[in-house]
Amino acid sequence: MTSLLYLGAALCFVYALRGLAHPTTSRRGLAAGIVGMLLAVATTFQLPVVQGHLPIIVAIAVGGVIGAFIAWRIAMTALPQLVAGFHSLVGLAAVMVAITAFYQPEVYGIADADGNPTLASLIEMGLGVVIGAMTFSGSLVAFSKLQGLVSGAPLVFVGQHLLNLVLAMLMVASLVMLAVHVEGVYFWSALALALILGVTLIVPIGGADMPVVVSMLNSYSGWAAAGIGFTLSNHLLIIVGALVGSSGAILSYIMCKGMNRPFLSVILGGFGQGDDSPATEGAQARNVKAGNADDAAFIMKNAARIIIVPGYGMAVAQAQHAVHEMAQALTQHGAHVRYAIHPVAGRMPGHMNVLLAEANVSYDDVLELDDINNDFASTDVAFVIGANDITNPAARNDTSSAIYGMPILNVDKAATTLFVKRSLGAGYAGIENELFFQEKTMMLFGDAKKMVEGIIKAL
Amino acid sequence: MTATIPHGDALIDALTIFALAIIVGYYVIWGVTPALHSPLMAMTNGISSVIIVGAIIAAGPYDPFSGSHSAIDATMPRVGLLAIVLASINIFGGFIVTWRMLAMFRKKSVPEGTDKKDKSS
Repeated sequence: MTSLLYLGAALCFVYALRGLAHPTTSRRGLAAGIVGMLLAVATTFQLPVVQGHLPIIVAIAVGGVIGAFIAWRIAMTALPQLVAGFHSLVGLAAVMVAITAFYQPEVYGIADADGNPTLASLIEMGLGVVIGAMTFSGSLVAFSKLQGLVSGAPLVFVGQHLLNLVLAMLMVASLVMLAVHVEGVYFWSALALALILGVTLIVPIGGADMPVVVSMLNSYSGWAAAGIGFTLSNHLLIIVGALVGSSGAILSYIMCKGMNRPFLSVILGGFGQGDDSPATEGAQARNVKAGNADDAAFIMKNAARIIIVPGYGMAVAQAQHAVHEMAQALTQHGAHVRYAIHPVAGRMPGHMNVLLAEANVSYDDVLELDDINNDFASTDVAFVIGANDITNPAARNDTSSAIYGMPILNVDKAATTLFVKRSLGAGYAGIENELFFQEKTMMLFGDAKKMVEGIIKAL
Repeated sequence: MTATIPHGDALIDALTIFALAIIVGYYVIWGVTPALHSPLMAMTNGISSVIIVGAIIAAGPYDPFSGSHSAIDATMPRVGLLAIVLASINIFGGFIVTWRMLAMFRKKSVPEGTDKKDKSS
């Protein structure tokens, strides 16, 4: 019966993910996810081994209140770090469950005659604990970077990959020793090494690669859950772990494809320190057409077709509401306004879509790269706000460029391109954008939000 | 006639389920619209906290309000309780954030201004 109920919960979770195929079905999907979770918890709750019901209820209530409080209060712009923070909790929970499985295996029914975990369980447990630990510490690093507690730039040092390799080998050795000798010291050394490895693997990755990191950790958290599922022979955990693990893996793949970079290169890190950029100081000397809010308003007032290209800068400036207001004003002037989203715009998959949705933009007006890219040629104004690398034509033309081959939004094909930026500085990839210096480009220097508000006033 | 099940079979069962679930996940996740990738991450966050199932079992044997279990070492159940707290933060947090996001994804009712566009163009 328990297995059947768990199966029901697993099906609910599949349906929940399926619901995200479209915004109209997504809320039904979420409801299914909640039902699945209730089913899973209730089923476990009535197992004979579960005696102390009250402490468990209290624990759920405490966690629930904390979680609800955080989730209600968080600003939508802080989503990437929130997700990273949540990943770390999944990792830590997995580690703790693995610890309990190691020290009281009889509770889970995985103990051998001596009261030690069986060999198969030990191997699975070892994998679960190291993946969980890496998820935990890696997500903490990602959280700190996204929250700005530490520099978001990649941190690289000599011998980094060698260090990681040595740590990984020591970790595997600990796992092998654990399986052979069943001693706590090997369990804890594997755990400690995994915690360190989680940090050293994530620190060299930064900047525009953060969407990959966040998706990758999402994937890890799933594999950690699956590892615990194997340990406890719990099929529900295995199924959920596989679903979440593949979800994160696919998102990582999509993000890497959006940057035209091999996954391995992203993981090895160190991208975008600007050491191979032709330096930005020289840029100041070049001719740039700079404008102000009035100029921009004038150009857009006379435009019939406008495409807005948001990037991370819009999120930083919290300019999404102002952008929507501007789009509405332009629509009233008879313009056809749409939004173009690059797969890696922002700091997590779908980041821009959420911000625009928050600002009440209809999702019908928000298009993905493949769906809108051909329309730039017939567009009067491309309004780029807080984005850079994802519009850089060097990705198309310049074989020597670090971002060559990356799919970009063809804003240069539009009759006029407006760039809202704080400065002429290079993007996260550390590459200069040729587009800034072209005749039909106008740079609007300043804070994204203030600039857009200025344009609204002028309209 | 009762066949004894060797230990290996349980592992093969688990691997079978694991492999099939990955295939299901592969097709379901590719079906998710890119616009909802952020809610997807938040939802998978909540869902992966089903690890609470393991934590509840870990905490299960210990009941501080009944004397009959005084012989049991309470350390591991306490670790289990802590894991329950962490997983619950995630479950509630993940689902609520997902809900907040999904609630924003609406096909907006057409404001007055946009009607003019169709007529004027």
